[in-house]
Amino acid sequence: MIETNAVYVIVAREFKKFIREKSRLISTLARPLLWLFLIGGGMSRLVPGGQNVTYIQFIFPGILGMTILFSSIFSSISIIWDKEFGFMKEILVAPVSRFSVVVGKATSGMVLSTFQVMIVLCLFPFIGLRLDPLQIIGVILVSAILAFALASFGILLASFYESYESFSVIMNFIVMPMFFLSGAMYPVKLLPEVLKVVSKLNPLTYGVDALKNIVFPYETGRMSADFSLFIDLTVIVTLSVVFVLIAGKAFERKQ
Amino acid sequence: MSMIIVENLVKKFGSITAVDDVSFAVEEGAIFGFLGPNGAGKTTTINILCTLLSPTFGKAYINSYDCDRESSKVRNAIGIVFQDSSLDKDLTARENLMFHAYLYRVDKAERKQRIEDALRFVDLTDRADDLVKKFSGGMKRRLEVARGLIHRPKVLFLDEPTLGLDPQSRTNLWEFITTLPKLHKVTIFMTTHYMEEAEVCDKIAIIDKGKIIASGTPAELKKIVGGDVIYLKTNNNEEAMKDIRKLFDMEVSEKDGEIFLSAMKGDACIPALIREIGERVLSVRMQRPTLNDVFLKLTGKAIREQNGTGLDNIKAMVRSYRRRHDRD
Repeated sequence: MIETNAVYVIVAREFKKFIREKSRLISTLARPLLWLFLIGGGMSRLVPGGQNVTYIQFIFPGILGMTILFSSIFSSISIIWDKEFGFMKEILVAPVSRFSVVVGKATSGMVLSTFQVMIVLCLFPFIGLRLDPLQIIGVILVSAILAFALASFGILLASFYESYESFSVIMNFIVMPMFFLSGAMYPVKLLPEVLKVVSKLNPLTYGVDALKNIVFPYETGRMSADFSLFIDLTVIVTLSVVFVLIAGKAFERKQ
Repeated sequence: MSMIIVENLVKKFGSITAVDDVSFAVEEGAIFGFLGPNGAGKTTTINILCTLLSPTFGKAYINSYDCDRESSKVRNAIGIVFQDSSLDKDLTARENLMFHAYLYRVDKAERKQRIEDALRFVDLTDRADDLVKKFSGGMKRRLEVARGLIHRPKVLFLDEPTLGLDPQSRTNLWEFITTLPKLHKVTIFMTTHYMEEAEVCDKIAIIDKGKIIASGTPAELKKIVGGDVIYLKTNNNEEAMKDIRKLFDMEVSEKDGEIFLSAMKGDACIPALIREIGERVLSVRMQRPTLNDVFLKLTGKAIREQNGTGLDNIKAMVRSYRRRHDRD
């Protein structure tokens, strides 16, 4: 059973804090800008584009994916902060189910990530991309589903850690590899076999691939999407359900 | 009616028995004090009552709901002020209360009013829209008490509510806490390891190493130590002692140039003493037993001496340091 009052108030709290923290808002926008223009801009001199897609355009869906990955994982990792600073107890002794708390946290991750993606998305005209309104809506919808899946995944991670020292472990050993092996910076089909297998196990791969399918639907050849949109969507929708259920279970453990 | 009932409660963490066959009951509207040194099992007991932990054995009921099986009903009936602050320091006082009101489904029509009342009650109306991180330790505690009462609980748990506060804030907080049962029709369950603070309780249970070693009203507990002690300085101790033994048939001894005797009602005893042997007496003083003496008598140790493990000490230090200094 999901209590909507709990979900609502958990999301409202996160959103309020996010808006209030100007530095977090700025760093959110700085990271995609750096990757897109400094790395993308430089690499595009080195890497030839596809048929109709330049390298900097190619990584745009990946940069959106990165924005979602970082913000949703960061948002759900805040559970560790809440545990550390005691606020989690306020939530845990309230008459709401653990599952509602998990859904609330995952929804917070979804709302914050989608909000950030919408801002980063505004960069598309500056790299010569053309998107019609339907594509824009598609990008936002896929981002929301992906964010929900990743935020649930983050809650699952957070339920295994008690202190915020573990944050850098998660960042360096889980989040960064997830990003590099997602096809965000290079097409999965060009990777060596071993890495290709790992990429296919990475949930972010399908999210980034779905975004590629939407952003350049007509591209074929090496810069094109690796899977069909149908497969991508099936995987991320399934994963968001599976992750939120497992996270809910992991969170319910009572000593 | 008993608001809290605990029967043969046991909680084991691996090979450690934190709570060992504890039973007690708390009447509705009472202030119940759970006393003991750090690591005695106080917080573990609270966590079981608050549905955060399952007992290994035994039962706990609040408002006749089973704490383990009917946790959601129990949670509706309780408010908690934890040992460590559980406020969101990046939200304002009002936002913290608002969060709580939503979480406990306080009726929309009443939400605003209750929050205003709560803020006024703890004297924080002027600071309602300031971020909690700017609050002093005492203000945070008051805000937490206010928050714990927003949903009109039947029982309010206070786990070491005055830990890390300066003496003045402590006194203020106690005055405030003692008004709660009448004003809010709430039963109070508090823990402390400051014995002198427990004087305000209607009933006390003293816990040590997971077991309850004594319980009763503060006055009853003090009888364990044997009443008041009267100290007399006289011009001739030998003669005075002889007289007292002859006239009053009481035990009397001498120590450090003073003679002393214990009496159940020391204040009534002094005039009689003066009447009979007044010309010998140079000075009189009387000491009332404290709950510290009770603890000392029962365990052979003062409560502050045995502060658990070194790690617990460090934790407690960090905790009180944080409470005094944290601004993040």
